[in-house]
Amino acid sequence: MTVENPLDDYIDAVTKALALPVEEAWRPAVRANLEVSLRLARLVDEFPLPDETEPASVYTT
Amino acid sequence: MTVNTDGLSAQRIAQAVTDRKLSALDATEAALARIAAHDSVLNSFTDITADRARATTKAIDAKIAAGQKVGPLAGVPFAVKNLFDVKGLATRAGSKINRDLALSSRDATLIERMEAAGAVLVGALNMGEYAYDFTGENVHDGPSRNPHDPTRMSGGSSGGSGSAVGGALVPIALGSDTNGSIRVPSSFCGVFGLKPTYGRLSRARSFPFVASLDHLGPFARNVSDLALAYDAMQGPDADDAACTTRPVEPVTSMLAEGIDGLRVAVAGGYFQRNVFPEAVEAVSRVAKALDATTKVEIPEAARARAAAYVITTTEGASLHLDRLRKRPNDFDPAVRDRLIAGAMVPAPLVDRAQKFRRWYRAKVLELFKSVDVIIAPATPCVAPKLGQVNFVLDGVELPVRANIGIHTQPISFIGLPVVAVPVPLEPMPIGVQIIAAPWREDIALRVAHALEQMGVAAAPPPRGLSRGL
Repeated sequence: MTVENPLDDYIDAVTKALALPVEEAWRPAVRANLEVSLRLARLVDEFPLPDETEPASVYTT
Repeated sequence: MTVNTDGLSAQRIAQAVTDRKLSALDATEAALARIAAHDSVLNSFTDITADRARATTKAIDAKIAAGQKVGPLAGVPFAVKNLFDVKGLATRAGSKINRDLALSSRDATLIERMEAAGAVLVGALNMGEYAYDFTGENVHDGPSRNPHDPTRMSGGSSGGSGSAVGGALVPIALGSDTNGSIRVPSSFCGVFGLKPTYGRLSRARSFPFVASLDHLGPFARNVSDLALAYDAMQGPDADDAACTTRPVEPVTSMLAEGIDGLRVAVAGGYFQRNVFPEAVEAVSRVAKALDATTKVEIPEAARARAAAYVITTTEGASLHLDRLRKRPNDFDPAVRDRLIAGAMVPAPLVDRAQKFRRWYRAKVLELFKSVDVIIAPATPCVAPKLGQVNFVLDGVELPVRANIGIHTQPISFIGLPVVAVPVPLEPMPIGVQIIAAPWREDIALRVAHALEQMGVAAAPPPRGLSRGL
């Protein structure tokens, strides 16, 4: 029996939007990696920052 | 040959070559012989550039014979992680896919600068695929192995660089560090590694990974050699948009200045959790030697590590998006699946990570008003066994691969300069990070040099090889 994971619909939609091939055999690993990335991204997201905060994509000062 | 170069420092090789006690050709032949004898165990090299190296040495030896001045690295053999462009080679960056690239028409800037100082490139080094790795394992080329125990990881992603220097095949190697890829193999292989300030050394003509986090730097068996290589490579470069325009700030002559007056603190909190006893012992030895009795709390380090992870996986996905579409089966499956997942992280979360980075950087820079140096573990443990998937840390089973870099990521996230110093514990060495404020590589290197003088930091002989040094 296959258990639906809430992320699967999202994975399907993004793979279609970005034209990325994701074979079924890879899906569990892709999902597991995405879960880790989203968990860590949430940790950052939870941190309140002033609206004026500039991104630090590259700095050389 | 009148001088045995096995285990000889770069500085002494260059001195012997300059004094005509050793030819550059003989120094290079000796390195090629060491590679031939030991690299079947270490698997640190993917390319040996013997013909090129011999041609380079002839030019150096001719200069010396003609009484002309040669550079401070005259005749010193070195090698580079295979993400550096080497003229005549495809820049594989640890991948299968890149082997189909056109052959490089010009060397990376840092190779040009090393050779301008007299060094001799002898080859390119194994690495984790596309630098997305902390283990030194590679599905295409096999793992680079630990010189102290070949059943263990070299660390990654600059695994071949750590292995080749730890195994004393070459006195100097170059690598890259996005989240810890110089400091982790330095720790596991028991050598010194310098990750300079972000923007200090040119990355021109090296294969990128995460543009806003990528750094290049040297590995060596002692601090003088590390500084010599660093000094040779400094300087602005219009070919790297992030490279600083600051003037060259040589450090070699400053190493002996000592550490009197420097304020040294130990990183507390996050950096004292999730560590094995060997990492605690190594930090404790360094702290004691430096009389570091104060602790500083690097604020929000766990969140910084999380943000570095998010930026890495998304920028990495962006870099490889087209390759993921066209040649997904030619990637290491583990790398591919991480990158595909990275492509799926929503953009606002990435933007927030970059904004958090600015906040975090400002907070950490405030710490440097009251301290000059922060010390922290380089890795939570000594080198794990090759293929090891999990370890138990603080009673929790955790994946090895994802947790090796937990102490390096919050530091490179904001580009601070770090020297990873090897503490020669038995049976395996482990590294400690000597962290300084931006552009103060001189301070980190002076502290590393002092630790070396005190005998606290040292690159141990490669006991995993049949013949030592």
